[in-house]
Amino acid sequence: MATINLENIKKIYPNGYEAVHDISLSIAEGEFMVLVGPSGCGKTTLLRMVAGLEDISHGSLKIGEKVVNEVSPKDRDIAMVFQNYALYPHMTVAENIGFALKLKKLPKEEIGNKVRAAAELLGLTEWLDRKPRELSGGQRQRVAMGRAIVREPSVLLMDEPLSNLDAKLRVKMRSEVLKIQRQLGVATMYVTHDQTEAMTMGDRVAVLNSGNLLQCDTPQNLYDYPIDQFVASFIGSPAINLYQAELTQGAKGLILAGELIDLPDSVLVSHPILESYASKQITVGIRPEDLSLADELETNAVGAVVEIVEALGSELIVHFTIKANSITVEGAIEEAETIMESKGAGVARIEPRAIVKAGDNVRLKPNSTAFHFFDSVTGIAIY
Amino acid sequence: MERKKKTGFARYINLVNLGVFVVVTSVSLPIYWLVISSLKQPVAIGASPPQYIPSPFSFANYQQAFSQYGFSQYFINSMIVTVAATILVLGLGSLAGYGLARLPMRGKTTIMLTLLVISLFPGIAVIPPLYLMMRTIGWLNSYQALIVPYTAFNLPFAIWILRNYFLGLPKEMEETGRIDGASPLRIYWSIILPQALPGLFTAGVFTFTACWTEFLMALTLNNSNSFRTIPVGIALFGTPFNIPYGTIFAASVVAVVPIGILVFVFRKSVVSGLTSGAVKG
Repeated sequence: MATINLENIKKIYPNGYEAVHDISLSIAEGEFMVLVGPSGCGKTTLLRMVAGLEDISHGSLKIGEKVVNEVSPKDRDIAMVFQNYALYPHMTVAENIGFALKLKKLPKEEIGNKVRAAAELLGLTEWLDRKPRELSGGQRQRVAMGRAIVREPSVLLMDEPLSNLDAKLRVKMRSEVLKIQRQLGVATMYVTHDQTEAMTMGDRVAVLNSGNLLQCDTPQNLYDYPIDQFVASFIGSPAINLYQAELTQGAKGLILAGELIDLPDSVLVSHPILESYASKQITVGIRPEDLSLADELETNAVGAVVEIVEALGSELIVHFTIKANSITVEGAIEEAETIMESKGAGVARIEPRAIVKAGDNVRLKPNSTAFHFFDSVTGIAIY
Repeated sequence: MERKKKTGFARYINLVNLGVFVVVTSVSLPIYWLVISSLKQPVAIGASPPQYIPSPFSFANYQQAFSQYGFSQYFINSMIVTVAATILVLGLGSLAGYGLARLPMRGKTTIMLTLLVISLFPGIAVIPPLYLMMRTIGWLNSYQALIVPYTAFNLPFAIWILRNYFLGLPKEMEETGRIDGASPLRIYWSIILPQALPGLFTAGVFTFTACWTEFLMALTLNNSNSFRTIPVGIALFGTPFNIPYGTIFAASVVAVVPIGILVFVFRKSVVSGLTSGAVKG
């Protein structure tokens, strides 16, 4: 058991490229920390630096009370699970799991006991004599986990361990990985690009983009109080709708798509800085679930044209356009997720039995107490 | 217009198969001639019209090769020299290949290019200095006189093959090994080598063949009968008065057997070793 402390960690490659800028982060004993961000954001590099597979260019890394910058991977008391599992194909499952113990020169009997215990925990007992190629993806993943936990490391590192699995299995393995981590109570760093995985698994989630740590908080806080447009867009699915809007005088209302939406006093109380943006352009963020269908004559609503309706049974995902400039944050939303790129595009999550179809003109009423506000130049959240 | 579907034997007749037929025939005809000639009686070898199937079959040539010409000694010598050189090449080549593929090191490209240039160097150009060196250190007429140069000349190619093979193996496996606490040598031995067997077979088969058939150095450096290898031995079967074709053919057939067995046993590995890295998995 140990904590992990990163202080002003930087990674600068010999060619001068700085992949990780000055990141400080601490992970408590038994904490499940998820590093999330788009590809190329430096999350894997950061993890590999903790593992000792990459040199740390600047800053200090502590595992427990010890600075381990110059300590070789095997002496850091860590275990790592790789995306492609990296099982040894010529060894059986038992040999794979026991390899590290064999290197430690533990007695054969003890190795056997520990391997069996790990296999039991992971439900691999009947596969111990198989070679990795005879196993399914999920089983291989479990072997990789087994190899990591059998050494009882003080730190567990995982690099996208579930991304090679199919969607259904991934959901199942999420809870299994979490269960095992809880049983071991070991400080864990888990890298993923999947925000759903991050939200569902992490005690805390660290959001990274282009080598910077943007925000590190509990999943709910990230969702409710994103520090900037990037975090707001990255966390949550479907992604938040961001529009250019204008505050009225005294910040009592918001003009969105040419219509006035009153801001209740409570909004100004919870966002005191908003007042200084009165009569100015800002970016407003509205989560899809904070939009609902409104009657034709209702005020505090905006007119929208329905483009696509996705019926999920439990809810309707309505893709629409309004007469406002929508803002997309580069890299924050996976390309596959953006169905429409047209101007004013947005998504609403509404009750499943509403009657809407593509091409309809509707009015959408936003929940004005749940607005997120961002500086339209810097993208920083206004609270 | 509907084309008539070819049936029976006719459907195998197309340009590709014809091409293959021509190539295979032209390669195997000399071998066929070698084998059947070795089984003819000495008088029947130059017969006109030629005998396409020996009659009667005779093993006299084989008997003569072993009893009269000391072929067994040549065979043993060739085996010792070739096996030793192959083991050395694979041992050194895989270590060097692993180092060049994975370990942090300056000037890798230069080293690889140098190796390539060396392996393209014509062998005959190095014979005189090599001879003088061997004479100075007293190695003429010994097994090591051939083992050492054979190792040296076959290493570059083996290193190239093995390095490329190692590059195709996933890096994460070695990183896991490092985290598990394995030293670089241990990773090489327990993780890399078992997975690199096809690459080792490929390099091994090529080295074995090259050493087994090498003529020039064997002729120059070992002129004593007791260290002579097969290619030189066979070449010296003849005298100014008599060239025993039948015996030469018989000895050649025996000489080809080990290579044939090797290629047959490892053919799958050799092919996969040569194509590794061609397609990223």
